[in-house]
Amino acid sequence: MKILYFAWLRERLNRSEDEFDVPNSVSNVDELIDWIGENDEAAKMAFENKKLIRAAVDEKIVEHDYSIAGAKTIAFFPPMTGG
Amino acid sequence: MQSEVFNPGDETNRFIEQADGAGAAVTFTGLVRSSADNPTKRMTLEHYPALAQSQLENMASEATKRFKLLKVTIIHRFGMMHPNEPIVQVMALSPHRQAAFDGANFIMDWLKTDAPFWKYEETPDGAKWVEAKAIDDKAKDKWKA
Repeated sequence: MKILYFAWLRERLNRSEDEFDVPNSVSNVDELIDWIGENDEAAKMAFENKKLIRAAVDEKIVEHDYSIAGAKTIAFFPPMTGG
Repeated sequence: MQSEVFNPGDETNRFIEQADGAGAAVTFTGLVRSSADNPTKRMTLEHYPALAQSQLENMASEATKRFKLLKVTIIHRFGMMHPNEPIVQVMALSPHRQAAFDGANFIMDWLKTDAPFWKYEETPDGAKWVEAKAIDDKAKDKWKA
């Protein structure tokens, strides 16, 4: 599974993407955030305030309870500031 | 979407040439702001290309359907830009003015909170990511009917 990071999340992690074999027990976006943080102190810190984390699963913006089963690409980013 | 600077007047003229029976064209241009109180040296817009493209298309088609617009064009830049340069232009054509005003307004309110772009501002005091504003969420919410 490919994970993308944008804006200050990318800066805090010092990388723009990861490629992970995510276990099937990790079922939704919220659990994926916790799973990434388990083995990575920088990610744990960056994801600390989950209210500030937005997510997209296969290029669709979703809530944190959205299933990641079968997903190819998951993106994490701060609230958007376009326009 | 493009990184190059564009000419808002030229884009407006090109858009209006396609009017074909429309009675109203509304265009909005967003600029890189820099004031004496709040000076900006330059701004960089990071984006998520695939998602940004689909979100802008969704917003354009939703606005077209909702306000019965004849045509919508959205131009959005990414990358580095300087004060007074245009960032975004939204243009709407409709038979009568109110729908064109509302359509452009609707798209801008959605774009602020739902298009995956992130502003990074460089000022004389340092650089920072622009924080999302609660007022922008409120502006979007007014269209929920």
